[in-house]
Amino acid sequence: MTPPPGPFRPGFWRSPLRGPWLTTLLGALLLAGVTVVAVTGFLSHVAYEPGAGDNAIVDPRRDLPLGLGWPASPAWLYALTQGLHVNVGLATVPLLLAKLWSVIPRLFAWPPAVSPAQAVERASIALLVSSAVFEFATGILNAQNYYPFGFSFVVAHYYGAVIFVGALAVHIVVKLPVMARAYRERERSNDGHEAPQPAPPTITRRGLLGFVGAGSGLLLLVNAGESLGGPLRSLALLAPRGGDPGPGPNGFPVNKTAKVAGIAPALTGDRYRLVVRAGERELRLSRADLLAMEQRTERLPIACVEGWTTTQDWTGVPLARLAASVGAAGASELHVESLQRRGGFRQATLTRTQFGNERALLALRVNGADLSLDHGFPARVIVPALPGVHNTKWVRALTFGGAA
Amino acid sequence: MSRFRRRYGASPLHALAHLAAFALAGFALLHLLEVRGADRVLLWLVGAVVLHDLLLLPFYSALDRAAQALAGPAVNYVRVPAGLSALLLLVFFPLILGRSTATLEAVSGAPAADYLARWLLITGVLCAGSAAVYLVKARAKRAPGAPAATARASSKVSTSRRGGR
Repeated sequence: MTPPPGPFRPGFWRSPLRGPWLTTLLGALLLAGVTVVAVTGFLSHVAYEPGAGDNAIVDPRRDLPLGLGWPASPAWLYALTQGLHVNVGLATVPLLLAKLWSVIPRLFAWPPAVSPAQAVERASIALLVSSAVFEFATGILNAQNYYPFGFSFVVAHYYGAVIFVGALAVHIVVKLPVMARAYRERERSNDGHEAPQPAPPTITRRGLLGFVGAGSGLLLLVNAGESLGGPLRSLALLAPRGGDPGPGPNGFPVNKTAKVAGIAPALTGDRYRLVVRAGERELRLSRADLLAMEQRTERLPIACVEGWTTTQDWTGVPLARLAASVGAAGASELHVESLQRRGGFRQATLTRTQFGNERALLALRVNGADLSLDHGFPARVIVPALPGVHNTKWVRALTFGGAA
Repeated sequence: MSRFRRRYGASPLHALAHLAAFALAGFALLHLLEVRGADRVLLWLVGAVVLHDLLLLPFYSALDRAAQALAGPAVNYVRVPAGLSALLLLVFFPLILGRSTATLEAVSGAPAADYLARWLLITGVLCAGSAAVYLVKARAKRAPGAPAATARASSKVSTSRRGGR
């Protein structure tokens, strides 16, 4: 069967660099990258504790059984997993582009399939490429707060990952023998990647790998500082949260301002009362009442799902102490509600592991000063290893529940 | 060879593994179709492949051909800085082109950085670095007895870096 003209003819593809060896090496590196990204992505899903209260964003009746429980120690755990998710994801982009470039002639293979097995395989590769590009594109856009897609990012990114992981697993099963052969035989094997009439080389394979590596390194350089903090933050020239948060004790990045959250100053003034409940018992505490309780100061990181982290010294009342104040020391869940009237994450449910940790606070002050309104004044939750948005700001009510 | 293998073209394990992957994808797609904006999710899933395979890849290949035609044997001194700069633009275009500036400033309460200027600065540094390496290598290539370069540009390149090939 004569192939149609253009890319369907093998002679169309001229690069002398393409071949099973290059594709195998790029594939192995890409596999390492996407494994880290996929594992940390599903760990983030676990960290949101979708089984507790109304935390679930993906409908729990339509979710995979991933309710494993998320620890509250070490405190930097979520900063680590989510920092890896975003930064390894960025560093993997050049590998994905190079891998797709190395196999592009196969897209135009003619005839399209010689057996049912090959047709099935090509369908799974279509799923793999499409879900891979989809996951990278949506994740990268979300981290930059750019939402041109008009669907729920979390739900689509989650189910996209499920498609990706399934298609990737079957691709590895099918290609492992091909990779092993390419590794053993180096340049001798050819399964359709290699150009039959190669053009003279303009770069070596090592040069191409260096180019890909430089791309990964550059993407890390311009972003990773927002996850690592310290002096590296100033090197992160293209990090989304690169704006200057201003000086002073409250001069660290804000995820969502009071204005955007619709927090009226009247709600946070002298008339503010925190409601603490367990069953029939209810306390109404002013900020002065809270400040009169025994205070504890903890140096804790807060890490956003978008990959940025900031570590500060928080002062406030341990959540376990507040549980005891309403006779709920044995509670299994804590439901936290915010003064926020609109938008996502104005409530969260914490597990006993999370609110019961000795370092888990209802913070009133940060770095020795009162919390600013944008950082959650009059009071906010700060729990070690908890995803950033579950550290509810402008806390209105704490409801302890579950078995005593 | 078994009958199955003759007709299907691979082992039953191949068929079963693919069926498992398709079933998992079906599970995810069915649930995706129930969320708000499901049609757009499908559009993005299909669009992802089309955009990459049929637009982005041919586009950068054509640019690369043009660079090869223009720069000849020096193509890598153009290709590498331009490719790295294009990669940054591809990944960070919402920030660089100011597509999310308003959202970022509203949610963070801080003025957004001037990402376009920063990207141009990085691009400038990459190009200047590549030019410097090119000049150093071009000078090193000349026979040791050859007269020293008189071009103005050569004075900007440190002669102590001549060691590289």
